[in-house]
Amino acid sequence: MKRLLILGATSDIARACAHRFAADGFSLVLAARKPDELDRDVKDLQIRYDIEVKTVPFDVLDMEQHRAFFQSLNPLPDGVLCAIGTMNGNEDAMSDPQKLKVILDTNLTGPAAILTLAAEAFRKRGSGFIIGISSVAGNRGRGTNYPYGSAKAGFTAFLSGLRNRLNKSGVQVITVLPGFVRTRMTENMDLPEKLTAEPDKVAADIFKGWKKGKSVIYTKGIWRLIMLIIQHIPEFIFKRMKL
Amino acid sequence: MSYQTKISGWGRFPVTETRENRIRKTDDIRTALAADGSILARGLGRSYGDASLAPEVLSMLPSNRMLAFNEKTGLLRCESGVSLDEILRTFVPRGWFLPVTPGTRFVTIGGAIASDVHGKNHHVAGSFCDHISSLKIMTADGKIKSCSPRKNTALFRASCGGNGLTGVIVEAGIRLIPVESAWIRQTTVKAANLDELTAQFEMHKTATYSVAWIDCLAGGDAMGRGILFAGEHAAKEEVKEKFPLVLKPGPMIPVPVSLPAFTLNPLTVRLFNNSYFNLAARKPGPSLVNYRSFFYPLDKVANWNRIYGSRGFVQYQFVLPESAGITGLRNILGEIVAAGTGSFLAVLKQFGKGNGNFLSFPMAGWTLALDFPEKPSVFQLLDRLDSQVSEMGGRIYLTKDSRMSAETFRTGYREKVNAFMKIKGETDPGNRFASLQSKRLEITP
Repeated sequence: MKRLLILGATSDIARACAHRFAADGFSLVLAARKPDELDRDVKDLQIRYDIEVKTVPFDVLDMEQHRAFFQSLNPLPDGVLCAIGTMNGNEDAMSDPQKLKVILDTNLTGPAAILTLAAEAFRKRGSGFIIGISSVAGNRGRGTNYPYGSAKAGFTAFLSGLRNRLNKSGVQVITVLPGFVRTRMTENMDLPEKLTAEPDKVAADIFKGWKKGKSVIYTKGIWRLIMLIIQHIPEFIFKRMKL
Repeated sequence: MSYQTKISGWGRFPVTETRENRIRKTDDIRTALAADGSILARGLGRSYGDASLAPEVLSMLPSNRMLAFNEKTGLLRCESGVSLDEILRTFVPRGWFLPVTPGTRFVTIGGAIASDVHGKNHHVAGSFCDHISSLKIMTADGKIKSCSPRKNTALFRASCGGNGLTGVIVEAGIRLIPVESAWIRQTTVKAANLDELTAQFEMHKTATYSVAWIDCLAGGDAMGRGILFAGEHAAKEEVKEKFPLVLKPGPMIPVPVSLPAFTLNPLTVRLFNNSYFNLAARKPGPSLVNYRSFFYPLDKVANWNRIYGSRGFVQYQFVLPESAGITGLRNILGEIVAAGTGSFLAVLKQFGKGNGNFLSFPMAGWTLALDFPEKPSVFQLLDRLDSQVSEMGGRIYLTKDSRMSAETFRTGYREKVNAFMKIKGETDPGNRFASLQSKRLEITP
């Protein structure tokens, strides 16, 4: 039976992905800081898909425990999906280095650390896949969002480098770049409807991309074009814009 | 989590600005209750009028977890945001079916309970809530209360069909029924007028499912002509499929934009009705159809509500008690035919006995569901129909309504309104749960 490890399993995108992969017959290991919050989801996934689901406690900021956590996974999963991320305290982080560190660690250092362990294990086995959910916010730093954006930029670069390094080792690395998604993270933000995806749509795009062996997935697809334009705005104009 | 958006019922009339809160766990409801103002739980928004509209709504769609299933009894316990479609996709392949289903599978369990929806088997199986074993409701005080036909009966009776006005349904137990296949043995019978059609219902009254399409433009001798569809769950031997319980995913036909309002006019509806009536005649008798075609023909067309154009449409469904007889039905039908406004979808059904739920719609007698484009002459016609229905002791379905008067409501639901108001006053004295409809019907201030 195929097995998927989901890191940050309480997030809305993770939950949608759990359903999508479970429908394909994957059994699931759901890792979250507070795994008991997932009790109802576990029952739901078991009833709907008749699969094995278990939860494990995992704190992305507690990096010293990452190795022990990963080694405790038995058997080694076929794939890992990392949906960890936060925008909490984004604004405070612009003036408070401690808060900036939490954002960078949660979105970049922690996920990169745990995926490094996964990548090594998969490389040795010669198979596996790693799906990292980054963000279009990482494609160019913006004045309103750069703590989160810079962390995601780092994470995108990490995934890109990992993919390059593991290219011949049988390990597939996928970078997911969502635009606006209607989740807890974007709560109370008034998002433009046409550019905003539901978590189910993001999960469907990820699954399709994984099946097709894609490397980089924009979701919604229109964001590829939007970011292409944004990235090509000359800096002397960009720095004056309110974004 | 909340955001500003515009919502409407399935009829796309009226439209209202709302603050939508997504409910993932029961604490999210408490957060919404902690603020001021009236709120209302909402599911997939398939009620037609304003029953699910409020300035602040709680979307129960993220609360869609299945919590327990008993393989022996078919009892499913789940959160209220689970849709009938999800239940069918999960359980039909295992040999279970919904005990009662409305004409769309894109409704939530919570919505189906709040509307106490009915289906083609009402005459033998009752309505949706007759198959609900228990409910959990969060009331205005933030407490979760269990109720069932035996426990906290009054709260149960008020909440089943209560349009979310007693609180937020968070969990329900529903008894699924065993089936051997995903197929229905359908019998189609053509009837040349109302007498023939009602006689056909009489002949098929032991059928598990029965419903008729009726041509609302045909007058004179042909008034009330229609086609009766009767159905039974097919046994596995009847189905020549390797996996009789499994259906291939069907195609979804989109209606990407609102069609111009003139698309449906008396002429095009007449053309449609004629060809539909005559096509059905070509292959009368029994045939095997899958459950999606039998129960949910319109679900194949995503956003079929756009065919009425951007102004939307009004649904109108009334029931006349048995005492009104076929004469009562004929009088009302005569009024509709004379108006010539043209109802694209007109559905006739004979209800069995109603249940004790305070605001449930069904009662023994004839029910007719119609839809009309949103325009002034239609509202005048419906006002006339209201008074006829009231006079004969009938009533209007709240789930489809967007325009009846508070008086029509009170006359139709009679003493049951008082029973409902008593519970409403006890559980929600501050009227925290209210809808545009409840205000219009003076259920809430």
